[in-house]
Amino acid sequence: MYSEKVMDHFQNPRNVGEIENASGVGTVGNAKCGDIMRIYLDVDENQIIRDCKFKTFGCGAAVATSSMATELVKGKSIQEALQVTNKAVMEALDGLPPVKVHCSLLAEEAIHAALWDYAQKNGITIEGLEKPKADIHEGEEEEEEEY
Amino acid sequence: MKKVIYLDNAATTKTSPEVVEAMLPYFSELYGNPSSIYALASESKNAVTKAREEIAEVLHAKPESIYFTAGGTEADNWALKAAFEAYGKEGSHIITTKIEHHAILHTCQYLEKRGARITYLDVDEDGLVDPAQLEAAITEDTILISVMFANNEIGTIQPIEEIGRIAREHGILFHTDAVQAFGQVPIDVEAMHIDMLSSSAHKIKGPKGIGFLYIRKGVKIRSFIHGGAQERKRRAGTENVPGIVGYGCAARLAAQTMEERRAKETQMRDYLIQRILKEIPHTRLNGHPTKRLPNNVNISFRFVEGESLLIMLDMEGICASSGSACTSGSLDPSHVLLAIGLPHEIAHGSLRLTLGDETTREELDFTVEQIKKIVERLRGMSPLYEDFVKRQNEQ
Repeated sequence: MYSEKVMDHFQNPRNVGEIENASGVGTVGNAKCGDIMRIYLDVDENQIIRDCKFKTFGCGAAVATSSMATELVKGKSIQEALQVTNKAVMEALDGLPPVKVHCSLLAEEAIHAALWDYAQKNGITIEGLEKPKADIHEGEEEEEEEY
Repeated sequence: MKKVIYLDNAATTKTSPEVVEAMLPYFSELYGNPSSIYALASESKNAVTKAREEIAEVLHAKPESIYFTAGGTEADNWALKAAFEAYGKEGSHIITTKIEHHAILHTCQYLEKRGARITYLDVDEDGLVDPAQLEAAITEDTILISVMFANNEIGTIQPIEEIGRIAREHGILFHTDAVQAFGQVPIDVEAMHIDMLSSSAHKIKGPKGIGFLYIRKGVKIRSFIHGGAQERKRRAGTENVPGIVGYGCAARLAAQTMEERRAKETQMRDYLIQRILKEIPHTRLNGHPTKRLPNNVNISFRFVEGESLLIMLDMEGICASSGSACTSGSLDPSHVLLAIGLPHEIAHGSLRLTLGDETTREELDFTVEQIKKIVERLRGMSPLYEDFVKRQNEQ
């Protein structure tokens, strides 16, 4: 059901992990629909994304789109990173099954959320960036339950 | 292809060689239509009769109360829709549960649009229906109770005999979807007061595309598929003779080996459950620990999503299934796991492993080792796990 590229990025995800004292962190998705993505950005003084890492709870497509999204924004300026759309992520992965398109949207949103956090922390405005509509705090109480 | 470890026997089973052999002549040599009058055709007719007797014996039923269908889904649809039609004058209330298979749930939703009132009973955290709650739901208007014998996802076996007794005392029809239970655990339609029962051959090493509905004599439901006079005019269409023969054979074999299989599978099941729960942290067993199908294991792994787990298991040659949304085509995880009270996040991380009579201890050991490795890897990638660890460290 998945392309070879999706399978490759799922089996060998690039840039998995955390960045200590990241310039920006964005978490999107919710446990209800089964996908949560978190993207960490390390942005240098010239507003270039020096490093990018991710952590994802989700299906094969969610992992692959996160992995590809980090690859696409690494080394880019924050303005360029903002232009990385879900379509670009999908194309780079040779497509996704229709039911998985929302995963690529989530990847785009995760980048935006991380950029937003970076902008907030530095008191700057990134042109064209809107406040992300992350809703991961929904159902947080449930997550606390121990099983 | 590398060696496959098949742990998805609740999805379907490998057709047993004996079943295939029994079926073969009915494709190429004994191909007559059972409704025809020549000798060749009577061979087919006799074969259908024999299979009907073999199946009836497993249920302690009369052969003439077995009606062959194209599978369990057709049997479920027939039972519910035809009962609603036949008994609609007496009432329009049906009682079922929240954990039924979609063949029942979606049929109930269809009937709701046509005026039926449906009570979907809750289940407890182990997936059991409370008979007292069921009895309390009965009204003057209730015409049918449909409760599955054993659940396909979590394996919980319902107190069918008790439910049957309640239904009988109140003079209400009782149907049970026994697709997962038939041939796996003992069923006695007389002792359990079952009026209708659905079943499917491919769950017990029979062929796909054949099932039956048991209809107790006296239940008035009519034909669902109209046409010829097959199945005593209650289910038209030329009989799937090879399928029926295969089903008869599979049912006979399942009954003969049931005790031995149950004992072996129960032991293997509990071994697998114990190893996973003991060796992998943040796991929980879904379904009742003992009142469950002998071959069903269903475990939730916190912080991990089911589809990822399945793909990684598949790469190791292990076939399993999950209650994750991603495997169902919708965004919601399994309705069964939600009904037993699991939060969405934990329902998404469930894994179902269903054993078969060919499953070996070595296969289970290999599977546990792979699950351990995969769960650890996925947790390493999970933001939920990261948050959890941070919370732990703060405390």
